[in-house]
Amino acid sequence: MKINSISSELRLGGAAQAFSSSLLLPELKATVRAGFPSPAEDLGAKRIDLAERLVKHPQATFLIRARGDSMKEAGIFDGDVLIVDRAVQPRSGHVVIAVVDGEFVCKTLSMRAGRMKLKAANPGFPDVVPKEGQTVEVWGVVLHAIKSMPA
Amino acid sequence: MFALVDGNNFYVSCERVFRPSLEGVPVVVLSNNDGCAIARSNEAKALGIKMGHPWHQIRHLEEVAGLVALSANFALYGDMSDRMMSLAAGLGPTQEIYSIDESFIGLDGVRGDLKARAVAIRSRIHRWVGIPCGVGIAPTKTLAKLANHIAKTAERKPGSYPECHAQVCDLSKASPEEFEALLSATEVGDVWGVGRKIGAALTEAGVRTAWDLARMDPAVAKRRWSVVLERTVRELQGVPCVGLEDHPEPKKQIACTRSFGRSVEAFEPLSEAVSEFASRAAEKLRAQGSVASEVLVFIRTSPFRKDPQYSRSMVVPMRRPSSDTSAIVGAALLGLRAIYKPGFRMAKAGVMLMDIQPSSLEQFELDLGDGDAASEASRVRLMTALDAVNGRWGRGTVKVGSAKVGEAPRDWSMRQDRRTPAYTTEWSDMPVARA
Repeated sequence: MKINSISSELRLGGAAQAFSSSLLLPELKATVRAGFPSPAEDLGAKRIDLAERLVKHPQATFLIRARGDSMKEAGIFDGDVLIVDRAVQPRSGHVVIAVVDGEFVCKTLSMRAGRMKLKAANPGFPDVVPKEGQTVEVWGVVLHAIKSMPA
Repeated sequence: MFALVDGNNFYVSCERVFRPSLEGVPVVVLSNNDGCAIARSNEAKALGIKMGHPWHQIRHLEEVAGLVALSANFALYGDMSDRMMSLAAGLGPTQEIYSIDESFIGLDGVRGDLKARAVAIRSRIHRWVGIPCGVGIAPTKTLAKLANHIAKTAERKPGSYPECHAQVCDLSKASPEEFEALLSATEVGDVWGVGRKIGAALTEAGVRTAWDLARMDPAVAKRRWSVVLERTVRELQGVPCVGLEDHPEPKKQIACTRSFGRSVEAFEPLSEAVSEFASRAAEKLRAQGSVASEVLVFIRTSPFRKDPQYSRSMVVPMRRPSSDTSAIVGAALLGLRAIYKPGFRMAKAGVMLMDIQPSSLEQFELDLGDGDAASEASRVRLMTALDAVNGRWGRGTVKVGSAKVGEAPRDWSMRQDRRTPAYTTEWSDMPVARA
């Protein structure tokens, strides 16, 4: 995190919230330490925390931006932000980030009869089939795609 | 029992996670202002590039050997370090962060096969974060550091040590013969705490290997050399002498970190602790005549409690390299404010100074009208006086008022022509995948 871009926000105050992983602060906080437990604790009425929902393994989770139209039928559009988890064991059918010739590529992983293929989700785009001696490494598994609507 | 977990060629490894095309290529990371090499890939080491090698002396290797040089990206390294450290913490009940890429894990009370456990943690860090590590396990810190050296060297240079010790080396399980063979294959200068000067003098005196040193009578070590060397000898003999947070400084950074006796939730006490760590780090920095240009601050909860977990760090670039206590405390507090989140019981906090250079290299800038340059000389005098007072009357006699938050550091125009994006800390710098 670079400080330059945020220093103006810091001066405005309230910046601490802006950088924490969770988007919202808990509404209810029990302060009773002895005696009967606060009834609110049991209800667990806490605002939904998006980061908590979407990120299972914080240390292994990275954000990557998708560029291109080859995954449209899988719901991934140009400019979408992908939530990528490296802790998830990649399996056939997963949408993955793979390293092909030193570059990140987003495709659907397909394993059939021991052969690996990276399939595009758009008929206009070719699949990536590793050639003899070419190594294709799966970098992480895409768990969610965030798209922003014009508003 | 201790483990030392250490990221291999850490800065280069961080860069490679996001630029896989750098795999197999000689890579160096340059200090701020692109002055000299502060991290090297194995391929770069094979080219003969040394730590601290000035850039202008190795620049020609770009053309002839395909060397890739990158400007240091401390925002990235700080975040990757945080991810790695919090996974390494799973190895045992206590963790001491020694530098940005190294931490000691106390293994007392851990049951089962330690080596198998270390192998599992190492592979988790590699898979989850993308950083390859070396792990050394031994009954003392000095031996753990040595085991780590063996683990890394055995992997990098096949034939240097038996292959079974590559990546993870457990000296506590070695037979006496094997232990002797491993220490005999290690030069005395590679032992933790043996500096270059003493190393040369020891070699001169016929103490050439770690094994030679381990066989020395501690009383002789104390009489002929120093108490520090006596301690090293005892540690090599398996007697723990180096306690928690009481050991030689790492070369690349200065770190002041501590686990709290009782967990801390409020901002006030946290900011006091961080101010104190930053002041102590600044003191150490001045003691070695250096300046730093990046300050890393981190806070984290304990992974061994059922509490909600939180771990965050931030690298704050300083306006210009400095060893000034108030500038460093200011930067650390600015970072703390940004990462602090209420509702978590923090168990640990720390401050690390990075991109350390001798103060003689300090670059002064034109006075831009804010009076900073003009007051530089008087600040140096103030800091000298501060250290003298604290040296005489005890640490912390005179402190920087921690309520005062230093001014927001602005970008000082540094040369960082080759810096990669802040992939994990800036929304606009996120890596891109072809879809």
